[in-house]
This record gives sequence, C-alpha cells and structure tokens, in this order.
Amino acid sequence: MFDIEKIRNDFPMLKQTMQNHPLIYFDNGATTLKPNQVIDAEMEYYKSYTANAHRGDYDIAYKVDTEYESARKKIAKFINAGDNEVVFTSGTSMGLNMIAHGLAYSYLHEGDIILISEAEHASNVLPWFKAAEIAKAKIEYIPLDEKGRVTLENLKKVITPRCKVVALAHISNVLGYEIDVINFSKIIHENGGLFVLDGAQSVPHKKVDVKLLDVDFLVFSGHKMLGPTGIGAMYGKYDLLLKLDPLMTGGGMNTTFDMCGHIGYQYPPLKFEAGTQNIAGAIGFGAAIDYLNNIGMDIIEKREAELKEYAINKMKDLDNIIIYNSDSTSSIITFNFKDVFAQDGATLLNSKGIAVRSGLHCAKILVDFLKTDATIRASLYFYNTKEEIDYFVEQLKKGEDFLDAYFI
Amino acid sequence: MPILFNEMMMREIIMDHYSHPRNRREGDETYKTIYMDSESCVDKIYVQAKIENDVLKDVCWHGVGCAISTASTSIMTELLKNKTTKEAEYIIDNYFKMIREEPYDSECLDEAIVFMNTSKQAGRIKCATIGFRGMDEILKGDKNG
Repeated sequence: MFDIEKIRNDFPMLKQTMQNHPLIYFDNGATTLKPNQVIDAEMEYYKSYTANAHRGDYDIAYKVDTEYESARKKIAKFINAGDNEVVFTSGTSMGLNMIAHGLAYSYLHEGDIILISEAEHASNVLPWFKAAEIAKAKIEYIPLDEKGRVTLENLKKVITPRCKVVALAHISNVLGYEIDVINFSKIIHENGGLFVLDGAQSVPHKKVDVKLLDVDFLVFSGHKMLGPTGIGAMYGKYDLLLKLDPLMTGGGMNTTFDMCGHIGYQYPPLKFEAGTQNIAGAIGFGAAIDYLNNIGMDIIEKREAELKEYAINKMKDLDNIIIYNSDSTSSIITFNFKDVFAQDGATLLNSKGIAVRSGLHCAKILVDFLKTDATIRASLYFYNTKEEIDYFVEQLKKGEDFLDAYFI
Repeated sequence: MPILFNEMMMREIIMDHYSHPRNRREGDETYKTIYMDSESCVDKIYVQAKIENDVLKDVCWHGVGCAISTASTSIMTELLKNKTTKEAEYIIDNYFKMIREEPYDSECLDEAIVFMNTSKQAGRIKCATIGFRGMDEILKGDKNG
C-alpha cells in the first residue's frame, strides 16, 4: 500500500521551509532527500559499532563486516547481480572513472573506438577522454535524433567492430529520455563491444536487472536513491572485473606484495576497494535499498509516471512555458519561461520555496543541440505530490515577474 | 547625487539594463581583458578596460548572462568609465560591502544600489558581482604588474 502521508513523515527535509514557504523539492535528479531509516542506520554505525571493516578480530569489527557485506548483498540483489560483482564506489563519477581507467590499461588498444552519445553527462564523457588519451583510442559519438534522443537506429548507423566500448546513460539527465537497453546490448555485443551503462538517473526510479539487460557494467549513486552522499556502486560481470585494472591501489585490496614489486591482488570486489571505505555510507545505502524495496520499484515507477503526466498536462496549458521533453517517460521535466533566462526563472521559484535547478546540467554538448543557453530542470521523486505540482504550476504563471524574487 | 530609488524604479533600472545593456562590445588589444565564468552557473562574460594614466578611459564587456549579471555588469561599466583607478577601487569596494550587507557609501554607487537586495537570493550573489569582480581583478592585476 502506498501511503503518501506515512512516507512523507519519514523525510525530515519535507518539514523544512525555504524563503518562508514550505519546501517543495523538485531537484531529485541532483540528489534525493533522506528518510529517517537511512539517517538512523548511518548514525547507528557511528554511535554503537564503529570499527574498521575487514581488519579486526573483535566482536564489533565482526559486526561491521557483517553489516558492510550485507549492504553489498542488498545492492546486488536489487539489480540482480552476484554479490562479488558489486563494488562500492563514492558514486557514479568514481565508478565511470574506475571503468574507463581500468579498460584503458587492460583492454583498449591504439585506434580502438570508444562510442558515447552527444547527450552524456560530463562524468560519462571526461573519463573516456582520459581513457582515449592513455590507450591512444578515439572517441566517437552517436548522433541524437530530432528530439534529442539516443536511438537504436542511430547506434546502428555508427557502430562497427572497432567500437570496443559503448558508454551511455540509461536515462539522460537533461531530457530524461530512456534508451532501449536490451536491444542496445544485443547490437553492441554483436559488434564485439562492451556496454557500460550509466544508471545514475534510472536505478533510483525503476527496476534495473543487469542479467535481463545484459550490460557489462552498470554504475549508480546512492545519494540519488535516498542514500547518503559519497557512496555508490559499480556492477561488472565477474570475468570482466577479474581482468579490469584497479584505479586505486593500497591497503585492503592486495593479498601480498614484496620489495621487488610482486603484487597479488584480492579477488573482486575487494580488489577495487583500496583503503578504508565509506562504511557508514555503505550501511546507509543498504537501508535506502530496504526502504525502496518496502515500497516496491514497480509502484515507484508507476507513481512517478503519474506525477510526470499530471505536471506536463498542467504545464502544457501555460503560454509562457516552453517544455523540451514532454514525451519522455522519466520524471525529469526540462523547461524554460519564455523570454526569461533560466537562472532568473529558477530564482523566482526559489523565492516561492521551490527547489529546481537551472543551468547546463553538466551536459554541455546537449545545450548546443537544444539551442538554448540554459534550461530549468524539475525532477520529481515518489514522495512528491500533485498538490506540490499544483502550487508549482501556479508560480510558473508568474514568470514575467521574475524580479519579484528581489523585492519580497 | 544620493538618489532614493523606490522599488518600481529599481525594477525598471534592472530591466532597462538587461534589455539594453550599455557598453556591450568588444575592445581591441589595447584593452585589458578578463574572462569570468563559473562551473555553477551559465554566466560567461569578458570584462574589458582601457586604462591610461590611472584613468579608466573605457570599460566594456561581452558575453552571456542572466538578467542580474547582465544588468549589474552594464551598470558597472557606466559607473566606472572615466573614473580614476583609485575611485574605481573605492566604488567596487563599497559595492561588495552593500552585497555583503555591511555599512557602505551609497552615494558612490548611483544606480548600482538597485542590487541592494541580492542577499535575499544568496544563490545570485555571484551573478550580481560578476562584472565588478572582473574589474576588481583587472585593477589588481594592473597594480601587481
């Protein structure tokens, strides 16, 4: 049963105000709010069983190991992966850097092609630039269609057996369009490439099953799905993780080393977890997974689709609003006030207690494609309500009075 | 000239400078140029000044910005043109004081006092100061070398 009142009570942030208005948080694509269950789980580690993981011989250290590894199991189950296929990271950016670096040293060769799209977030572009530099590989782009989507048709146009890696966002962070992952996997694998999926905007919002989708790597962030900041996960097929060169080396990831430079690494996932990990974050991430599972990802996806449709239908009636992605299925709404610069529009909404994001949303390439200097992004989550959307739409009508924000 | 602007006038001044920015053009190689941008916002502007015998003979700018950064930079160029570097430093210093809500000399700021409320929208302080910060860096750079 989806009890919105009970759910909203779990989130202390939803009781906050901003600019003397109840906070309306529509910046969930950037980060989500945290329920008490996550905050408590993280605090519990600090208050009642602090110790390092994989180190101690005493009871508390043993409990830390159990809780840390139990969080890993929860995440693995959540995406239908094996326990030894999930590596803790600091977030999506780190996961993508680990994969790009690892493939550059252990898989890519001179002249190989790394295929990305024109709609990727900086964190799925810049690590590949680095990888290309290290391996003397080349970057190529899947062109977007007229709506700004990455389509199977356009993938087929540019993919060749020289494309050794294809790295794409499951759901774009700017326009919220979703790619057809199953069919992308098929085409990429037929051409002998590896498929790296950036799940930062998808894993929090819908069931993502790595076996069903048959992706080679999947990365996502804890903080975009109710978890703490500074924790994320990287999934890799086990045989690929065995071969992947670790970006970080140090304590906890080796089994043996000597002065002559002979090193033995741990098996995955520990091979990739050098140094003391974000233990509290991992435990909090586990609690976030429990919270999402309690509601059910299917229900969350349906709820968000309803909210999105409701918002789009109301916004469509406003003459002063340009919507750039009314047909995308995710809960990201990208828009502008007509003749008002995005930042000025976002500031007006701030003055009404509404948190949205203006700017390039890191996908600078896409802005060249959209032909606008900046956009405003409202991104919803399951704890948002139709009443919040009603209030938001009322404020949108006041776009031309954007200077009001400075005279309240 | 201490002008007491009412709210309506302040809004009109901002909108006027936003719609018709003053001194928005590119200076030649005799101008000192500084490029101002930030990761957190879209504003990307070039501030330029032609300095002769410690006088700002010309101040201009070009680039992309929101209403607040465009209007504040436009006002800055009008305010500082033909001032000595010393006068300009005094004005910039007082503008920053106003933005930080510290006591300031409102007389020297003229139209720039329309941004006195910026701290109500703290996220926009960067926008309201981008042009002034650019000029500040040009003047400091001039002093240092």
